Amino acid sequence: MSDSTKETEGTVIPYTTNDSSMRAELSEIDRSIRTASVFFIVSAVGWLLLGTVFALIAAIKLHEPSFAVGTEYSTFGRMRAAHLNSMALGFGNNMIFGVCLWIMARLCRAPIRHGGLLLIAGAFWNIGLTIGIAGLIKGDITSVEWLEIPSYATPLLAISYILVGIWGVMAFRFRKGDHVYVSQWYFLGALFWFPWLYVIAQIMIIWAPAQGVVQSITNWWFAHNVLGLWLTPMALGVAYYLIPKVLGRPIYSYYLSVLGFWSLALFYNWAGVHHLIGGPVPVWLISAGIVASVMMVIPVVVVAINHHMTVVGLHREGWRSPTMRFVVFGAINYTFVSLIGSAMALRDVNLVTHFTHFTVGHAHHGAYGFFGMILFGGVYYMMPRMLHREWPSASLIKIHFWGSALGILLMVFALQIGGWIQGLEMNNPEIAFLDVVQNTMPWLKARSVSGFLLLVAHLAFAVNFFWMLFAAGKFRTKNTPTLLHTKEEGAV
Amino acid sequence: MKSLPLLFLGIFFMLAFSFTGIVLTSHVQFGALKQTTETLEADENGKPVMPEGETLYPLKEGGIALQGKEVYISMGCIYCHSQQSRRESFGADVARGWAQRATVPRDYISQSRVLLGTMRTGPDLVNVGGRLQGDGGREWHHKHLYNPQITSVGSNMPPFAFLYKVQAIDGAPSADAVTIPADSPYAPPAGYEIIPTRRAKALVEYLLSLKIDYSLPEAPILD
Repeated sequence: MSDSTKETEGTVIPYTTNDSSMRAELSEIDRSIRTASVFFIVSAVGWLLLGTVFALIAAIKLHEPSFAVGTEYSTFGRMRAAHLNSMALGFGNNMIFGVCLWIMARLCRAPIRHGGLLLIAGAFWNIGLTIGIAGLIKGDITSVEWLEIPSYATPLLAISYILVGIWGVMAFRFRKGDHVYVSQWYFLGALFWFPWLYVIAQIMIIWAPAQGVVQSITNWWFAHNVLGLWLTPMALGVAYYLIPKVLGRPIYSYYLSVLGFWSLALFYNWAGVHHLIGGPVPVWLISAGIVASVMMVIPVVVVAINHHMTVVGLHREGWRSPTMRFVVFGAINYTFVSLIGSAMALRDVNLVTHFTHFTVGHAHHGAYGFFGMILFGGVYYMMPRMLHREWPSASLIKIHFWGSALGILLMVFALQIGGWIQGLEMNNPEIAFLDVVQNTMPWLKARSVSGFLLLVAHLAFAVNFFWMLFAAGKFRTKNTPTLLHTKEEGAV
Repeated sequence: MKSLPLLFLGIFFMLAFSFTGIVLTSHVQFGALKQTTETLEADENGKPVMPEGETLYPLKEGGIALQGKEVYISMGCIYCHSQQSRRESFGADVARGWAQRATVPRDYISQSRVLLGTMRTGPDLVNVGGRLQGDGGREWHHKHLYNPQITSVGSNMPPFAFLYKVQAIDGAPSADAVTIPADSPYAPPAGYEIIPTRRAKALVEYLLSLKIDYSLPEAPILD
């Protein structure tokens, strides 16, 4: 164990070594999962581009309602759902499968067995999703938020997910060494939580619907936990792995890691019903959801301290690394989006923000500004190790970073300022509803601008990625990593 | 963390806790609510009972309105329209005239799929059938669905013109043609008329059927 990890007061830098036999072992692990991981990331990039197109169509429609109205297939409701599912289940899950399974295998020091079967399971996930999204565009959308995929595609999704998940658990089962690193707790938890949530929600809402608003309660227990117990732990696990790896410094505090993990697992679970504040559900349930949402401050602040104290003093190194730029941006936004989320659960705040674009801004802040950015960082770290070649263009990485960072911040500001105004005006019955709608227009247009920034960023990412994947050339044999500044520039 | 059983048990019980607390408890507490009369009366023992012969609410779903609900679901209307009313002191739902009272769990027990919604890009629809009724309401909905600008200038709702057919008038105009003034920019060319498809008619019947015009013992309509 001591030759594979640096133990420092109970904390470790996962797997940092100059020992050549250890490096050979790592290389063996990377090779065992290479085909599957590359397949997942290629799929993720494809869904990202498709999801961005759906997003732009939906965004433009909200201020130009006569845009693309010729057929029912492109109507707003279906474009919005196609966007959400492409991004969450296409981009998000493929990124998780690609990056998190790889990190899991490395942390377990266990080569992935039967990588070919993992690849097939992954292919079925993407086939199921393609059928599902085509089906919802065709008109078989369920109109249950976060569960829009029609019921003829969901069993395939559930089965292929479980197969992919088994590989993560199997890597853990055959691990070497007895230290279990914090990232592994998060990955194991999420791998177990997601299928439970998904299957229960499918049964209680679609297959054997519960009566009345029990459906809605199950819906938000599920939907909020997709963020809280699936995307969030996966992104935190990636951050916990990459920050010490890239900076060569152990995580600040093991005890804060433990506290952060268990308080997240306890409180996030209960938070989802804040989506029903004021609605036709019992008040005790809402109150429990509000309490849990506010208690989320604990894991958020704990993780923020732990990450910040690990990075502190090394910001310049971080800024030069493409991986760290994305990861640190994501980690900072995790703190902000979570604190805003806790505030939004307070009844007085929720009275304004509920039913408005504020919530849409919040969802993008979390899913993209936090989760998406950290997983982008993971891909920037993983691909050179998978392919043994470097990223072809530092400029494209910069375009990706700035397009994504400015795009998502513009979106969050536009939707949350506009949404707040919308909420205040909607609560004032003196203001005609159509005036409320009209007053959101400038903010919705700003959101479309942010969408174009994100499109540029994603195109830059895709070009760089496929260039690296397919092109031979000098960067294939380049043996220094692609950084965003030279040392001299960095010192300025 | 070295105690793996503890890790696994913790991971399991955290979700089991919220699943039990939120989902199962709700299911037990109000997953089997029944229809009821608008008010209850006391029997000889002083126990509240439903008076004989009165209508039970909420009404069951059915008929062409239920087909219309399928259209509502397939168009994703839920992404801009909620179907819930909050109490008078919490938000302006009642003050805007969207509904006369807050909705409660029992209002939704007859619905095969509950469409509470979380967004109000457009107004709440839980009682839209109480606001727009009869032939006038039907006509308004058809114009509005064909192109929202006809009835609501400045709306950002998309037109659902694909649910309508523009056809040449053959002899006398059809009885169910959508009446759009000839000087409107959305009017069909002279000699043509706009006919709702079966789906459009069903959708409008569904919207007309959305009503909270009854009291419940736990949620009376107050004058």
